[in-house]
Amino acid sequence: MEIEIDIQDIRKLVNTVKAKYAFDFGEYALSSFKRRLVRILDLYKFKDMNELINKVNFDKVFYENFLKEITVNTTEMFRDPSMWKKFRETVVPELAKLSSIRIWHSACSSGEEVYSMAILMKEAGLLEKTKFLASDINEDVIATARSGKYPLRNMPLHSDNYDKSGGTKKLTDYYKTNGDYAYMDLSLIHTTVFKKFDLVLGKQEQKFDVILCRNVLIYFNLPLQDKIIEMFSGTVDTGAFLVVGSKESIAWCKSATKYSTFSFEEKIYRKL
Amino acid sequence: MSNYKAIVIGGSAGSFPLITKILASLPKNYPFPVFLALHRLKHVRTGFVEALSIKSGIPVIEPNDKQQIKPGIAYLAPSNYHMYIEPGNTFSLSTEEMVKFSRPAIDLTFETASNVYRDKLVGVIVSGANTDGANGIAFVKKRGGLTIAQDPQEATISTMPDGAIKATQIDHILKIDDIVKKLIEVAN
Ligand SMILES: C[S@@+](CC[C@H](N)C(=O)[O-])C[C@H]1O[C@@H](n2cnc3c(N)ncnc32)[C@H](O)[C@@H]1O
Repeated sequence: MEIEIDIQDIRKLVNTVKAKYAFDFGEYALSSFKRRLVRILDLYKFKDMNELINKVNFDKVFYENFLKEITVNTTEMFRDPSMWKKFRETVVPELAKLSSIRIWHSACSSGEEVYSMAILMKEAGLLEKTKFLASDINEDVIATARSGKYPLRNMPLHSDNYDKSGGTKKLTDYYKTNGDYAYMDLSLIHTTVFKKFDLVLGKQEQKFDVILCRNVLIYFNLPLQDKIIEMFSGTVDTGAFLVVGSKESIAWCKSATKYSTFSFEEKIYRKL
Repeated sequence: MSNYKAIVIGGSAGSFPLITKILASLPKNYPFPVFLALHRLKHVRTGFVEALSIKSGIPVIEPNDKQQIKPGIAYLAPSNYHMYIEPGNTFSLSTEEMVKFSRPAIDLTFETASNVYRDKLVGVIVSGANTDGANGIAFVKKRGGLTIAQDPQEATISTMPDGAIKATQIDHILKIDDIVKKLIEVAN
Protein backbone atom coordinates (compact mmCIF):
# COMPACT_ATOMS: atom_id res chain seq x y z
CA MET A 1 0.00 0.00 0.00
CA GLU A 2 1.09 3.53 -0.71
CA ILE A 3 2.88 6.03 1.52
CA GLU A 4 0.57 8.20 3.62
CA ILE A 5 0.83 11.90 2.89
CA ASP A 6 -0.43 14.32 5.47
CA ILE A 7 -1.45 17.90 5.07
CA GLN A 8 1.63 19.22 6.92
CA ASP A 9 3.91 17.52 4.40
CA ILE A 10 1.95 19.04 1.56
CA ARG A 11 2.21 22.52 3.08
CA LYS A 12 5.94 22.10 3.56
CA LEU A 13 6.38 21.08 -0.06
CA VAL A 14 4.21 23.91 -1.34
CA ASN A 15 6.17 26.44 0.73
CA THR A 16 9.49 25.08 -0.47
CA VAL A 17 8.46 25.35 -4.11
CA LYS A 18 7.05 28.81 -3.59
CA ALA A 19 10.15 30.14 -1.85
CA LYS A 20 12.61 28.60 -4.24
CA TYR A 21 10.90 28.69 -7.63
CA ALA A 22 8.09 31.27 -7.33
CA PHE A 23 5.44 28.75 -8.30
CA ASP A 24 2.40 28.43 -6.11
CA PHE A 25 0.63 25.10 -5.72
CA GLY A 26 -1.07 26.36 -2.55
CA GLU A 27 -4.47 26.60 -4.18
CA TYR A 28 -4.42 23.47 -6.27
CA ALA A 29 -7.32 21.13 -5.46
CA LEU A 30 -6.10 18.94 -2.65
CA SER A 31 -7.31 15.51 -3.66
CA SER A 32 -5.83 15.51 -7.15
CA PHE A 33 -2.62 17.21 -5.96
CA LYS A 34 -2.20 14.50 -3.37
CA ARG A 35 -2.82 11.81 -5.99
CA ARG A 36 -0.10 13.28 -8.16
CA LEU A 37 2.30 13.32 -5.21
CA VAL A 38 1.61 9.67 -4.50
CA ARG A 39 2.37 8.98 -8.14
CA ILE A 40 5.68 10.85 -7.99
CA LEU A 41 6.77 9.17 -4.76
CA ASP A 42 6.11 5.89 -6.47
CA LEU A 43 7.71 6.82 -9.80
CA TYR A 44 10.99 7.98 -8.26
CA LYS A 45 10.92 5.48 -5.39
CA PHE A 46 11.08 8.08 -2.63
CA LYS A 47 10.86 6.71 0.91
CA ASP A 48 8.75 9.58 2.18
CA MET A 49 7.69 13.16 1.56
CA ASN A 50 10.77 14.59 3.26
CA GLU A 51 13.00 12.95 0.72
CA LEU A 52 10.93 14.45 -2.08
CA ILE A 53 10.93 17.89 -0.45
CA ASN A 54 14.72 17.85 -0.11
CA LYS A 55 15.20 16.76 -3.68
CA VAL A 56 12.90 19.49 -4.97
CA ASN A 57 14.69 22.04 -2.83
CA PHE A 58 18.23 21.22 -3.93
CA ASP A 59 17.88 19.93 -7.46
CA LYS A 60 16.51 22.36 -10.02
CA VAL A 61 16.53 19.86 -12.85
CA PHE A 62 14.52 17.49 -10.73
CA TYR A 63 12.11 20.29 -9.90
CA GLU A 64 11.43 20.83 -13.60
CA ASN A 65 10.51 17.16 -13.95
CA PHE A 66 8.46 17.31 -10.81
CA LEU A 67 6.45 20.21 -12.23
CA LYS A 68 5.74 18.19 -15.35
CA GLU A 69 4.67 15.13 -13.42
CA ILE A 70 2.43 17.06 -11.07
CA THR A 71 0.36 18.55 -13.88
CA VAL A 72 -2.10 16.44 -15.81
CA ASN A 73 -1.68 16.81 -19.57
CA THR A 74 -4.24 14.44 -21.06
CA THR A 75 -6.01 16.04 -23.99
CA GLU A 76 -7.77 15.26 -27.27
CA MET A 77 -8.52 17.00 -30.54
CA PHE A 78 -12.10 18.26 -30.57
CA ARG A 79 -12.56 17.01 -27.03
CA ASP A 80 -16.30 17.14 -26.30
CA PRO A 81 -17.35 17.33 -29.96
CA SER A 82 -20.70 18.91 -29.09
CA MET A 83 -18.88 21.99 -27.73
CA TRP A 84 -16.98 22.38 -31.00
CA LYS A 85 -20.18 21.94 -32.97
CA LYS A 86 -21.85 24.63 -30.91
CA PHE A 87 -18.82 26.88 -31.34
CA ARG A 88 -18.84 26.35 -35.10
CA GLU A 89 -22.54 27.07 -35.39
CA THR A 90 -23.04 29.90 -32.93
CA VAL A 91 -19.75 31.56 -31.95
CA VAL A 92 -18.10 31.59 -35.37
CA PRO A 93 -20.83 33.77 -36.97
CA GLU A 94 -20.20 36.33 -34.22
CA LEU A 95 -16.44 36.20 -34.72
CA ALA A 96 -16.85 36.55 -38.47
CA LYS A 97 -18.12 40.09 -37.88
CA LEU A 98 -14.76 41.15 -36.42
CA SER A 99 -11.97 42.53 -38.56
CA SER A 100 -9.39 40.46 -36.72
CA ILE A 101 -9.74 37.69 -34.15
CA ARG A 102 -7.53 36.86 -31.17
CA ILE A 103 -7.85 33.48 -29.46
CA TRP A 104 -6.04 32.41 -26.30
CA HIS A 105 -5.63 28.75 -25.42
CA SER A 106 -4.69 29.34 -21.81
CA ALA A 107 -3.80 25.73 -20.93
CA CYS A 108 -2.99 24.26 -24.33
CA SER A 109 -1.15 21.14 -23.15
CA SER A 110 0.32 19.30 -26.15
CA GLY A 111 -1.66 21.45 -28.58
CA GLU A 112 -4.48 19.21 -29.79
CA GLU A 113 -6.95 21.92 -28.81
CA VAL A 114 -5.01 24.51 -30.82
CA TYR A 115 -4.97 22.45 -34.02
CA SER A 116 -8.67 21.75 -33.52
CA MET A 117 -9.46 25.45 -33.35
CA ALA A 118 -7.18 26.26 -36.29
CA ILE A 119 -8.94 23.60 -38.40
CA LEU A 120 -12.32 24.95 -37.40
CA MET A 121 -11.34 28.52 -38.21
CA LYS A 122 -9.83 27.44 -41.51
CA GLU A 123 -13.04 25.68 -42.50
CA ALA A 124 -14.93 28.82 -41.55
CA GLY A 125 -12.61 30.83 -43.80
CA LEU A 126 -11.36 32.86 -40.85
CA LEU A 127 -7.90 31.44 -40.21
CA GLU A 128 -6.07 34.20 -42.02
CA LYS A 129 -7.51 36.89 -39.81
CA THR A 130 -7.07 34.96 -36.57
CA LYS A 131 -4.11 35.17 -34.22
CA PHE A 132 -3.64 32.49 -31.58
CA LEU A 133 -1.78 32.54 -28.33
CA ALA A 134 -1.22 29.04 -26.97
CA SER A 135 0.22 28.82 -23.48
CA ASP A 136 0.83 26.32 -20.73
CA ILE A 137 3.00 26.01 -17.66
CA ASN A 138 4.74 22.91 -18.95
CA GLU A 139 7.43 23.55 -21.59
CA ASP A 140 7.59 19.95 -22.75
CA VAL A 141 3.98 19.89 -23.86
CA ILE A 142 4.46 23.26 -25.57
CA ALA A 143 7.34 21.75 -27.54
CA THR A 144 5.07 18.92 -28.66
CA ALA A 145 2.39 21.42 -29.59
CA ARG A 146 4.88 23.32 -31.75
CA SER A 147 6.05 20.18 -33.48
CA GLY A 148 2.54 19.00 -34.34
CA LYS A 149 3.75 15.42 -34.07
CA TYR A 150 1.30 13.02 -32.45
CA PRO A 151 1.18 9.26 -31.93
CA LEU A 152 -0.78 7.68 -34.74
CA ARG A 153 -2.66 5.48 -32.30
CA ASN A 154 -4.44 8.56 -30.95
CA MET A 155 -5.70 9.69 -34.35
CA PRO A 156 -8.80 7.46 -34.62
CA LEU A 157 -10.25 9.09 -31.50
CA HIS A 158 -9.36 12.56 -32.79
CA SER A 159 -10.95 11.73 -36.17
CA ASP A 160 -14.08 10.46 -34.55
CA ASN A 161 -14.35 13.63 -32.47
CA TYR A 162 -13.70 15.77 -35.56
CA ASP A 163 -16.52 14.06 -37.47
CA LYS A 164 -18.94 14.50 -34.57
CA SER A 165 -17.94 18.15 -34.25
CA GLY A 166 -19.37 18.88 -37.68
CA GLY A 167 -16.05 18.99 -39.56
CA THR A 168 -16.59 19.55 -43.27
CA LYS A 169 -13.66 17.47 -44.48
CA LYS A 170 -11.69 14.57 -43.07
CA LEU A 171 -9.17 14.95 -40.28
CA THR A 172 -6.68 13.00 -42.43
CA ASP A 173 -6.69 16.00 -44.79
CA TYR A 174 -4.77 17.88 -42.10
CA TYR A 175 -1.88 15.55 -41.38
CA LYS A 176 0.67 13.28 -42.99
CA THR A 177 1.62 9.91 -41.63
CA ASN A 178 5.17 8.67 -41.18
CA GLY A 179 5.90 5.54 -39.16
CA ASP A 180 4.01 5.64 -35.89
CA TYR A 181 3.34 9.36 -36.02
CA ALA A 182 0.94 11.84 -37.50
CA TYR A 183 2.51 15.15 -38.58
CA MET A 184 0.01 17.98 -38.53
CA ASP A 185 -0.04 20.49 -41.37
CA LEU A 186 2.02 23.25 -39.75
CA SER A 187 0.45 25.95 -41.91
CA LEU A 188 -2.47 25.62 -39.49
CA ILE A 189 -0.38 27.25 -36.78
CA HIS A 190 1.40 29.89 -38.83
CA THR A 191 -0.42 32.60 -36.87
CA THR A 192 0.06 30.92 -33.48
CA VAL A 193 2.47 32.11 -30.82
CA PHE A 194 3.42 29.49 -28.23
CA LYS A 195 4.57 30.68 -24.86
CA LYS A 196 5.07 29.47 -21.31
CA PHE A 197 2.51 31.16 -19.07
CA ASP A 198 1.48 30.51 -15.48
CA LEU A 199 -2.21 31.08 -14.88
CA VAL A 200 -1.68 31.41 -11.13
CA LEU A 201 0.89 34.20 -11.00
CA GLY A 202 1.16 35.35 -14.60
CA LYS A 203 0.10 38.79 -15.83
CA GLN A 204 -1.57 38.97 -19.21
CA GLU A 205 -1.25 42.27 -21.07
CA GLN A 206 -2.94 41.35 -24.34
CA LYS A 207 -6.64 41.32 -25.14
CA PHE A 208 -8.63 38.48 -26.64
CA ASP A 209 -11.92 37.78 -28.35
CA VAL A 210 -11.99 34.14 -27.24
CA ILE A 211 -10.36 32.50 -24.23
CA LEU A 212 -10.33 28.74 -23.88
CA CYS A 213 -9.60 27.54 -20.39
CA ARG A 214 -10.61 23.92 -20.48
CA ASN A 215 -9.86 21.17 -18.01
CA VAL A 216 -7.34 23.07 -15.97
CA LEU A 217 -9.65 24.83 -13.50
CA ILE A 218 -10.57 21.37 -12.20
CA TYR A 219 -7.08 21.16 -10.70
CA PHE A 220 -7.58 24.40 -8.75
CA ASN A 221 -9.62 25.14 -5.65
CA LEU A 222 -12.48 27.62 -5.74
CA PRO A 223 -10.61 30.74 -4.55
CA LEU A 224 -8.02 30.18 -7.28
CA GLN A 225 -10.68 29.53 -9.94
CA ASP A 226 -12.20 32.79 -8.83
CA LYS A 227 -8.96 34.72 -9.28
CA ILE A 228 -8.39 33.29 -12.73
CA ILE A 229 -11.89 34.07 -13.98
CA GLU A 230 -11.38 37.58 -12.62
CA MET A 231 -7.98 37.83 -14.33
CA PHE A 232 -9.61 36.80 -17.63
CA SER A 233 -12.23 39.50 -17.34
CA GLY A 234 -9.42 42.06 -17.48
CA THR A 235 -8.04 40.62 -20.72
CA VAL A 236 -11.22 40.82 -22.79
CA ASP A 237 -13.72 43.40 -23.95
CA THR A 238 -17.49 43.19 -23.81
CA GLY A 239 -18.78 40.44 -26.06
CA ALA A 240 -15.69 38.22 -25.83
CA PHE A 241 -16.20 34.49 -25.31
CA LEU A 242 -14.90 32.32 -22.50
CA VAL A 243 -15.03 28.55 -22.91
CA VAL A 244 -14.37 26.22 -19.97
CA GLY A 245 -14.41 22.41 -19.77
CA SER A 246 -17.65 20.49 -20.15
CA LYS A 247 -17.80 19.65 -16.43
CA GLU A 248 -16.46 22.98 -15.22
CA SER A 249 -18.62 25.89 -14.22
CA ILE A 250 -17.94 29.51 -13.39
CA ALA A 251 -21.32 29.71 -11.62
CA TRP A 252 -19.75 29.69 -8.17
CA CYS A 253 -17.09 32.29 -8.95
CA LYS A 254 -17.58 35.84 -7.69
CA SER A 255 -16.86 37.34 -11.08
CA ALA A 256 -19.50 35.14 -12.71
CA THR A 257 -21.66 38.28 -12.66
CA LYS A 258 -19.36 39.77 -15.29
CA TYR A 259 -20.35 37.11 -17.79
CA SER A 260 -23.58 35.93 -19.35
CA THR A 261 -24.19 32.30 -20.23
CA PHE A 262 -24.00 31.87 -23.99
CA SER A 263 -24.41 28.08 -23.94
CA PHE A 264 -25.20 26.43 -20.64
CA GLU A 265 -24.72 22.92 -22.04
CA GLU A 266 -21.35 23.61 -23.62
CA LYS A 267 -20.00 25.99 -20.97
CA ILE A 268 -19.56 28.96 -23.25
CA TYR A 269 -19.79 32.33 -21.52
CA ARG A 270 -19.76 35.85 -22.81
CA LYS A 271 -18.26 38.95 -21.19
CA LEU A 272 -20.87 41.52 -20.30
CA MET B 1 -27.75 9.14 15.08
CA SER B 2 -26.12 7.09 12.39
CA ASN B 3 -22.42 6.34 12.52
CA TYR B 4 -22.07 7.14 8.84
CA LYS B 5 -22.09 10.15 6.55
CA ALA B 6 -21.73 8.94 2.98
CA ILE B 7 -22.10 5.93 0.69
CA VAL B 8 -19.82 5.09 -2.23
CA ILE B 9 -20.70 2.38 -4.74
CA GLY B 10 -18.52 0.91 -7.49
CA GLY B 11 -19.38 -1.42 -10.32
CA SER B 12 -19.00 -2.03 -14.03
CA ALA B 13 -20.25 -4.75 -16.33
CA GLY B 14 -23.54 -6.17 -15.13
CA SER B 15 -24.01 -3.51 -12.47
CA PHE B 16 -26.64 -1.36 -14.14
CA PRO B 17 -29.71 -3.35 -12.93
CA LEU B 18 -28.18 -3.57 -9.46
CA ILE B 19 -27.57 0.15 -9.18
CA THR B 20 -31.08 0.79 -10.49
CA LYS B 21 -32.45 -1.49 -7.81
CA ILE B 22 -30.44 0.12 -5.03
CA LEU B 23 -31.48 3.62 -6.09
CA ALA B 24 -35.12 2.58 -6.41
CA SER B 25 -35.11 1.38 -2.80
CA LEU B 26 -33.68 4.50 -1.21
CA PRO B 27 -36.22 6.81 0.44
CA LYS B 28 -36.55 10.37 -0.79
CA ASN B 29 -35.07 11.78 2.40
CA TYR B 30 -32.08 9.43 2.47
CA PRO B 31 -29.67 11.20 4.84
CA PHE B 32 -26.41 10.61 2.93
CA PRO B 33 -24.91 11.52 -0.40
CA VAL B 34 -24.42 8.43 -2.59
CA PHE B 35 -21.35 8.48 -4.87
CA LEU B 36 -21.57 6.24 -7.90
CA ALA B 37 -18.32 5.29 -9.62
CA LEU B 38 -19.41 3.14 -12.54
CA HIS B 39 -17.46 2.21 -15.61
CA ARG B 40 -19.23 3.55 -18.62
CA LEU B 41 -18.81 3.94 -22.31
CA LYS B 42 -16.29 6.59 -23.16
CA HIS B 43 -17.72 9.58 -24.98
CA VAL B 44 -21.29 8.69 -24.36
CA ARG B 45 -21.86 11.77 -22.32
CA THR B 46 -25.61 11.74 -22.00
CA GLY B 47 -28.36 9.22 -21.34
CA PHE B 48 -26.91 7.35 -18.39
CA VAL B 49 -28.13 9.79 -15.74
CA GLU B 50 -31.57 9.77 -17.32
CA ALA B 51 -31.66 5.97 -17.38
CA LEU B 52 -30.64 5.75 -13.72
CA SER B 53 -33.08 8.48 -12.73
CA ILE B 54 -36.22 6.82 -14.02
CA LYS B 55 -36.77 4.56 -11.04
CA SER B 56 -34.52 6.22 -8.48
CA GLY B 57 -35.94 7.31 -5.13
CA ILE B 58 -33.43 10.16 -4.96
CA PRO B 59 -32.22 12.62 -7.62
CA VAL B 60 -29.29 11.42 -9.72
CA ILE B 61 -26.89 13.99 -11.10
CA GLU B 62 -23.48 14.22 -12.70
CA PRO B 63 -21.70 16.86 -10.66
CA ASN B 64 -19.74 19.70 -12.13
CA ASP B 65 -16.29 20.36 -10.76
CA LYS B 66 -16.39 21.99 -7.28
CA GLN B 67 -20.11 21.37 -6.92
CA GLN B 68 -21.35 21.18 -3.30
CA ILE B 69 -22.10 17.73 -1.91
CA LYS B 70 -25.57 17.35 -0.41
CA PRO B 71 -27.34 14.50 1.35
CA GLY B 72 -30.14 12.65 -0.42
CA ILE B 73 -28.56 12.93 -3.86
CA ALA B 74 -26.81 10.29 -5.95
CA TYR B 75 -23.77 11.64 -7.76
CA LEU B 76 -22.63 9.78 -10.85
CA ALA B 77 -19.00 10.15 -11.91
CA PRO B 78 -19.09 11.88 -15.34
CA SER B 79 -17.86 10.07 -18.40
CA ASN B 80 -14.15 10.54 -19.13
CA TYR B 81 -13.41 12.18 -15.74
CA HIS B 82 -12.29 10.78 -12.41
CA MET B 83 -14.53 11.98 -9.60
CA TYR B 84 -12.73 12.98 -6.40
CA ILE B 85 -14.23 13.90 -3.06
CA GLU B 86 -12.55 17.04 -1.81
CA PRO B 87 -12.27 18.19 1.82
CA GLY B 88 -14.88 20.89 2.46
CA ASN B 89 -17.80 19.03 0.92
CA THR B 90 -17.15 19.52 -2.76
CA PHE B 91 -16.17 17.40 -5.71
CA SER B 92 -13.23 17.87 -7.92
CA LEU B 93 -12.87 16.21 -11.27
CA SER B 94 -9.73 15.09 -13.03
CA THR B 95 -8.62 13.82 -16.42
CA GLU B 96 -5.63 11.99 -14.94
CA GLU B 97 -4.43 8.79 -16.56
CA MET B 98 -6.83 5.88 -16.55
CA VAL B 99 -6.60 3.41 -13.69
CA LYS B 100 -7.09 -0.19 -14.75
CA PHE B 101 -8.22 1.07 -18.15
CA SER B 102 -10.93 3.13 -16.54
CA ARG B 103 -11.82 6.79 -16.26
CA PRO B 104 -13.82 7.25 -14.07
CA ALA B 105 -11.88 4.86 -11.84
CA ILE B 106 -13.64 3.31 -8.89
CA ASP B 107 -10.38 3.16 -6.90
CA LEU B 108 -9.93 6.92 -7.00
CA THR B 109 -13.44 7.88 -5.94
CA PHE B 110 -13.23 5.38 -3.08
CA GLU B 111 -9.76 6.51 -2.02
CA THR B 112 -10.58 10.23 -1.99
CA ALA B 113 -13.93 9.61 -0.29
CA SER B 114 -12.23 7.57 2.42
CA ASN B 115 -9.66 10.33 2.93
CA VAL B 116 -12.48 12.74 3.66
CA TYR B 117 -15.11 10.61 5.44
CA ARG B 118 -12.70 8.13 7.09
CA ASP B 119 -14.71 5.80 9.38
CA LYS B 120 -17.96 7.51 8.41
CA LEU B 121 -17.99 5.99 4.94
CA VAL B 122 -19.79 2.92 3.62
CA GLY B 123 -18.15 1.37 0.53
CA VAL B 124 -19.96 -1.10 -1.71
CA ILE B 125 -18.51 -3.09 -4.62
CA VAL B 126 -20.88 -4.91 -6.97
CA SER B 127 -20.61 -6.86 -10.23
CA GLY B 128 -17.81 -5.91 -12.60
CA ALA B 129 -15.30 -7.23 -15.09
CA ASN B 130 -12.00 -6.05 -13.65
CA THR B 131 -10.42 -5.40 -10.27
CA ASP B 132 -10.80 -1.62 -10.22
CA GLY B 133 -12.25 -0.85 -6.79
CA ALA B 134 -10.16 -3.40 -4.90
CA ASN B 135 -7.56 -0.85 -3.81
CA GLY B 136 -10.29 1.66 -3.12
CA ILE B 137 -12.27 -0.59 -0.80
CA ALA B 138 -9.05 -1.51 1.00
CA PHE B 139 -8.66 2.20 1.75
CA VAL B 140 -12.18 2.38 3.12
CA LYS B 141 -11.39 -0.55 5.38
CA LYS B 142 -8.08 0.89 6.51
CA ARG B 143 -9.75 4.15 7.52
CA GLY B 144 -12.30 2.26 9.57
CA GLY B 145 -15.26 2.58 7.19
CA LEU B 146 -17.83 -0.13 6.55
CA THR B 147 -17.08 -2.40 3.58
CA ILE B 148 -19.61 -4.40 1.60
CA ALA B 149 -19.17 -6.61 -1.46
CA GLN B 150 -21.84 -8.26 -3.55
CA ASP B 151 -21.84 -12.03 -3.10
CA PRO B 152 -19.70 -13.19 -6.06
CA GLN B 153 -22.08 -16.11 -6.55
CA GLU B 154 -24.85 -13.68 -7.35
CA ALA B 155 -22.82 -11.19 -9.41
CA THR B 156 -23.22 -11.40 -13.19
CA ILE B 157 -19.48 -10.93 -13.44
CA SER B 158 -17.68 -11.68 -10.21
CA THR B 159 -14.17 -10.36 -10.94
CA MET B 160 -14.82 -7.09 -9.13
CA PRO B 161 -16.38 -8.41 -5.89
CA ASP B 162 -13.77 -11.19 -5.91
CA GLY B 163 -11.04 -8.56 -6.20
CA ALA B 164 -12.51 -6.61 -3.30
CA ILE B 165 -12.76 -9.70 -1.13
CA LYS B 166 -9.16 -10.56 -1.88
CA ALA B 167 -7.91 -7.04 -1.22
CA THR B 168 -9.21 -6.67 2.32
CA GLN B 169 -11.27 -8.20 5.09
CA ILE B 170 -14.72 -7.21 3.77
CA ASP B 171 -17.25 -6.68 6.56
CA HIS B 172 -20.32 -7.96 4.73
CA ILE B 173 -20.61 -10.16 1.66
CA LEU B 174 -24.25 -9.86 0.68
CA LYS B 175 -26.81 -10.51 -2.01
CA ILE B 176 -28.18 -7.38 -3.61
CA ASP B 177 -31.45 -7.41 -1.63
CA ASP B 178 -29.46 -7.50 1.58
CA ILE B 179 -27.14 -4.74 0.38
CA VAL B 180 -30.24 -2.60 -0.06
CA LYS B 181 -31.43 -3.47 3.46
CA LYS B 182 -28.01 -2.67 4.87
CA LEU B 183 -27.88 0.72 3.17
CA ILE B 184 -31.22 1.59 4.70
CA GLU B 185 -30.26 0.18 8.08
CA VAL B 186 -27.04 2.23 8.32
CA ALA B 187 -29.09 5.37 7.76
CA ASN B 188 -31.18 4.80 10.90
C1 LIG C 1 -5.75 18.36 -18.77
S1 LIG C 1 -4.79 19.56 -19.63
C2 LIG C 1 -6.04 20.40 -20.56
C3 LIG C 1 -5.69 20.52 -22.03
C4 LIG C 1 -6.79 21.09 -22.92
N1 LIG C 1 -7.15 22.45 -22.55
C5 LIG C 1 -8.02 20.19 -22.92
O1 LIG C 1 -9.06 20.56 -22.38
O2 LIG C 1 -7.93 19.09 -23.46
C6 LIG C 1 -4.35 20.69 -18.32
C7 LIG C 1 -3.15 21.58 -18.64
O3 LIG C 1 -3.09 22.64 -17.68
C8 LIG C 1 -1.73 22.97 -17.48
N2 LIG C 1 -1.55 23.73 -16.24
C9 LIG C 1 -1.60 23.29 -14.96
N3 LIG C 1 -1.35 24.30 -14.10
C10 LIG C 1 -1.17 25.41 -14.86
C11 LIG C 1 -0.88 26.76 -14.54
N4 LIG C 1 -0.71 27.17 -13.29
N5 LIG C 1 -0.76 27.64 -15.57
C12 LIG C 1 -0.92 27.24 -16.86
N6 LIG C 1 -1.20 25.96 -17.21
C13 LIG C 1 -1.30 25.07 -16.22
C14 LIG C 1 -1.05 21.62 -17.47
O4 LIG C 1 0.33 21.73 -17.74
C15 LIG C 1 -1.84 20.87 -18.56
O5 LIG C 1 -1.17 20.91 -19.80
